[in-house]
Amino acid sequence: MIDNHILAPVFIHLFTAILQLIAWRKTVTQRFLSVGGAFIGLLIAIRLFAKVYTEGSLSMHASNWEAPFSIVFVADLLAVSMVLLTAIAGFAVSIFSSVGIARQRMLYGYFPIFHFLLMGLNGAFLTGDIFNLYVWFEVIIISSFVLMTLGGRKAQLEGAVKYMAMNILASTFFLTGIGILYGISGSLNMADLSIRIREFHNQPLLDVAAIFFLLGFGIKSAVFPLYYWLPSSYHTPPSAVAATFGGLLTKVGVYAILRVFSLMFVPDEFTKNLLMVMAVLTILTGAFGALIKTNIRRLFSYLIVCHIGFMIGGIAMFTKAALMGAVFYLIHDIMVKTNMFLIAGYIRQVRGTMDMTKLGGLYKAYPLISLLIALVLFSLVGVPPLSGFWPKIYLFQEAFVGGQYFFIAALIIGSLVTMYVIAKLWADVFWKNTPEDQPVEDKFKELPPFKKVLLLMPIVLLCSVTLYIGLQAEHVVLAVDRISNELLDTSSYVKTVLGDKVFKK
Amino acid sequence: MRSIILQTATRYLLPILLLFSFFLLLRGHYSPGGGFVGGLVASIAFVLHSFANGTEATMKILGRKPLSLIPVGLGLAALSMVMPTFFGLPPMTGLWFEEKIPVIGSIGSALFFDLGVYLVVVGVVLTILFTISLTKD
Repeated sequence: MIDNHILAPVFIHLFTAILQLIAWRKTVTQRFLSVGGAFIGLLIAIRLFAKVYTEGSLSMHASNWEAPFSIVFVADLLAVSMVLLTAIAGFAVSIFSSVGIARQRMLYGYFPIFHFLLMGLNGAFLTGDIFNLYVWFEVIIISSFVLMTLGGRKAQLEGAVKYMAMNILASTFFLTGIGILYGISGSLNMADLSIRIREFHNQPLLDVAAIFFLLGFGIKSAVFPLYYWLPSSYHTPPSAVAATFGGLLTKVGVYAILRVFSLMFVPDEFTKNLLMVMAVLTILTGAFGALIKTNIRRLFSYLIVCHIGFMIGGIAMFTKAALMGAVFYLIHDIMVKTNMFLIAGYIRQVRGTMDMTKLGGLYKAYPLISLLIALVLFSLVGVPPLSGFWPKIYLFQEAFVGGQYFFIAALIIGSLVTMYVIAKLWADVFWKNTPEDQPVEDKFKELPPFKKVLLLMPIVLLCSVTLYIGLQAEHVVLAVDRISNELLDTSSYVKTVLGDKVFKK
Repeated sequence: MRSIILQTATRYLLPILLLFSFFLLLRGHYSPGGGFVGGLVASIAFVLHSFANGTEATMKILGRKPLSLIPVGLGLAALSMVMPTFFGLPPMTGLWFEEKIPVIGSIGSALFFDLGVYLVVVGVVLTILFTISLTKD
């Protein structure tokens, strides 16, 4: 079905950014614009999600050209779920930034760039054109690079250089893959490609293209052996920025893998095995990396890597239940990981450090807030009935059915290590007494009440969404069930894009 | 080091180059040219002026910071992109006035998009170059 308004989530952030550019250096106006724009973006995303959920997939042909020739934007259930999660995370980070970001960074354009980043994310989720996806990836990289370097400290620049180098490499691989595909089929429309590829019988060349895409998206989503840029760069920018990055950027890579491998390169035995090996090693390296870290944000960075492996493993099995597990984990992970980095930022406000050996006594000082944080940590670990628990059931079940014993072992080790490091974090940061030689500088206590609310509100918001995902899991399962059906049987996607012009052979 | 030859030549070259950039901008839709090239030529005109007379003098004839051109251009381009949705068409569809205007030809939303790109390019290029040339070490 055609709907000309599905690009609204992209345009709202574009116009917010433009208005903020007009209000250049007026940081108070920019804060109001940012929170307002993000809130309208959230409303638009909810409306779009409701519409797609009740009426089915929507599409839009930019410039009114016919389907395979124009740039098509497609809002199927997977895409709008991601748009909705991006809007929730963006709204939360926007509120947190209004207090948690230094004024100096705002003067150099933090907020406009942040909204350009959200625009790029929404565009990447909604596009139905493989080259357009590449363009949105570039929008995301450029704005994330600026966000990472704003402030210009030495550690930031060091992290940013690694980040930029790896991401340019990823873009090059991605672009080469697009080149091969275009050479094979003469089309860039993903739905059109999915039909044309089936008629193409040079399997080795297709495999090469698939490997290029896998390398490109693999670097972006930080899977083994391409992940090392992530832990060495995500601890450098401010926490609000790290929350956007940790929650959303790697998940774009996972989303792109889901999209490309379900539509175009439906995994054969070789790809499945390759993905599975990558998933197992990603989980193990991420878990062992997290074991030895004492800085909270470095620890979370390794947990991101570890949990990316869960989703890749789900994609590798490529059955209905496995995809349900992967997509459910994706939904849960975006909310929780964004919240984790916001919590890291909050801890920094309260104690001025993020080193676990120097922290302590938070539970004594802030019992209620600590319990709230505990809920998030429990969700991350996957304590039933919270949100991390449900997707793991699907993954375990499907791994047993498929006889993927290495993956089961990796899942168990990954979950146990996650539990161990989170328990260690809880004991160190919240229960242990503050080390005596450590001066306590509590910036949070001196803040005026409304700023305290602004810092805590996003954490509460994301926590309640996480609780909803966990406690009302049957609603999420309904959506996830439909998403995995659409991923396995792409004919409805193709029909949405190409209409009735689909040639049956 | 001011060259009197360059200063005199610039006095004539600046308007000619600006006129040429507008020519490139207007013929852009179906022929080679467009907002990006036009914007580059226009910024070259201002850069030439700043070589001849110093950056402060160029800032004076511009009247405002080149940075402020960026949101104006972006806004114009973005508005001409979403304009078709108000007529029930997909974004970025070309809308055209029915009457042709002498000299310029037919006017459509594509022209306003190009004009936006033109302003953004001038703003970005001049901001970068002026920032470099005004930095005293």
